[in-house]
Amino acid sequence: MNRFTLVRPKSYADASGVLTSKTYSLPVLKAGGLDVLDHMKEALWSPDALVDVKRLMPAGQREPIATFTREVSWNGSTPQPNWSSDNGFVHVAASALLADVASSPQVLAAAPVVAQSLASAATPQVRNVGTVAGNLLQRPRCWYYRQQQFDCLKKGGSQCFAVEGENAYHAIFGPGPCHIVHPSNLAPALMVCDGRVHLVGGKRDSLKISELYHMPEKGITSEHNLEPGEIITHISFESRQVSGFYSIKHKQSFDWPLVFACVALAVDANKITHASVCAGAVAPVPWMLPSVAAALVGVSPDDDAAITAACAKAGEGAKPMRDNGYKVQLLSVAVKRAILVALKKPVPGQEEGNS
Amino acid sequence: MSDGVSRRSFLKTAGASAAAASLAQVAQAAIAPPEAGVPATPTLGPDATDVTLSVNGKPMKLRVDPATTLLSALRMECDLTGAKEVCDRASCGACSVIIDGRLVASCMMLALDAEGTKITTVEGLAKGDELDPLQLAFVKHDALQCGYCTPGLVVACRALLDKNPKPSLSQIKSGLSGNICRCGTYTNIFNAVLEASGQKPIADSAPV
Ligand SMILES: Cc1cc2nc3c(=O)[nH]c(=O)nc-3n(C[C@H](O)[C@H](O)[C@H](O)COP(=O)(O)OP(=O)(O)OC[C@H]3O[C@@H](n4cnc5c(N)ncnc54)[C@H](O)[C@@H]3O)c2cc1C
Ligand code: SF4
Ligand code: FES
Ligand code: FES
Repeated sequence: MNRFTLVRPKSYADASGVLTSKTYSLPVLKAGGLDVLDHMKEALWSPDALVDVKRLMPAGQREPIATFTREVSWNGSTPQPNWSSDNGFVHVAASALLADVASSPQVLAAAPVVAQSLASAATPQVRNVGTVAGNLLQRPRCWYYRQQQFDCLKKGGSQCFAVEGENAYHAIFGPGPCHIVHPSNLAPALMVCDGRVHLVGGKRDSLKISELYHMPEKGITSEHNLEPGEIITHISFESRQVSGFYSIKHKQSFDWPLVFACVALAVDANKITHASVCAGAVAPVPWMLPSVAAALVGVSPDDDAAITAACAKAGEGAKPMRDNGYKVQLLSVAVKRAILVALKKPVPGQEEGNS
Repeated sequence: MSDGVSRRSFLKTAGASAAAASLAQVAQAAIAPPEAGVPATPTLGPDATDVTLSVNGKPMKLRVDPATTLLSALRMECDLTGAKEVCDRASCGACSVIIDGRLVASCMMLALDAEGTKITTVEGLAKGDELDPLQLAFVKHDALQCGYCTPGLVVACRALLDKNPKPSLSQIKSGLSGNICRCGTYTNIFNAVLEASGQKPIADSAPV
């Protein structure tokens, strides 16, 4: 790694000041540092300062994870009267560790999909160091991006090597010209819980998670819409008690998901009244599947055939590349199983030793 | 470096005389005072700074620059070579240590970030000549071949048992999912953990 100064700001505002001042020519925020050090070791980045936000907490929040009921006034999000069974919300500090969110009884109770998405991400070593904001803002895993010698579009070059090259793990949705899949397990889970990121250092207080990312055609060199100097202090999301996550991996172990699905449902009088479905590892951004969600509404949670039929719509509109057509088939399976997880029904293949 | 030149990209592109000139610039930039109006924020480096790490219950005084990883501080400065460098990317677990009760990959953590924590390395598990019961179980179940992954795995197993004294087989598998053994000794490692937690080992022929 190159030489750098380690800056230890005392607050997020202070950190933002360091980023926007001219003191350093290339200051980079560091939380757990897993993705930042990875970029430095690959010589993709050579920051002259790392600005450490690992130990900071949002103003006024004492615990990394806090739950609230709707009666508490809160200016971030509009209440969702339709999801009437769920009327609480959760705040999680940007610096909360993935392991702590994954095992938090509050998160597990309020929004199982969020806890499950992180329990399934990476390894104990990574979850014990990686943070919530770092997970949301980690850069893509495309192997051409990650290797210095490939000067691809994302790094200012003139071509996407994945188009002609090895694209088994790339996107099946989206027009390009870059075909990454978004790497975060957490982002799609937050999508089905109407999550937000709360910000300092810019003009806005918060952004919906659905507004945090953009497709490559709207800017190829970054994946998110934060302004320079904008820092995430915490995230918040709505309670979605009937929710679930399912990920399909080569080894069902620490490896990156081939595809995964996040589902939130509201069930009333044995009918699904609301559904929200988001897929991961299939597109450059968390990929909502509104046609699956629409087809689930009105269906009984016990009507396996109708649920399977709804899930078959998951691959609609997909444009697979040469080597990733298999993802289209996996996607309907992942969505179906995420629904089973949400409904607490048995999931095929989830026996002891295969979790 | 304050002029935006990374050492690596710089060394690649620059000729020798340009190198001398630019290194002088860099040295100057490194001592330049921060701009007026910027609030004083604590900084460390870029030159080596003093740090005291608590390793296996002992304070260790070191001098490291910010770019030094905890793994390299342990191996090069503390002479604790149990933790190994294999992938250098938090992907294999060979460098695992326990920090404040949590299993972490020391290759992807800055040594300066470990200040104020309690670090346990594989060298800290035995009490004098008396091996940790887990280490004895590794010996009994022949849970290693080349041994390169072993220090990291022993530490990962210890971290797992400290949290969960009687893990199920699937909990063992997920607790050790960040540690790779290229020799494939997994079944024997699972048996060592089962034994050390007072549980019945699985048959040798059980699928892994
Ligand atoms: C072996 C391995 C397997 C993995 N598998 C998975 C997986 O299956 N699923 C998954 O989702 N992830 C996976 N990951 C990625 C891992 O989750 C991320 O690297 C980690 O969460 C990053 O968190 P961090 O705190 O270390 O981030 P850092 O490296 O510190 O930061 C990452 C980025 O976020 C920015 N940043 C950090 N904090 C803030 C903030 N508060 N505001 C604004 N910007 C900020 C940084 O500037 C940087 O650009 C894996 C990683 C490894 C090494
Ligand atoms: S998919 Fe994107 S990151 Fe990967 S090679 Fe193509 S342009 Fe680069
Ligand atoms: S060397 Fe640190 S995880 Fe592989
Ligand atoms: S014993 Fe050789 S890598 Fe595990």
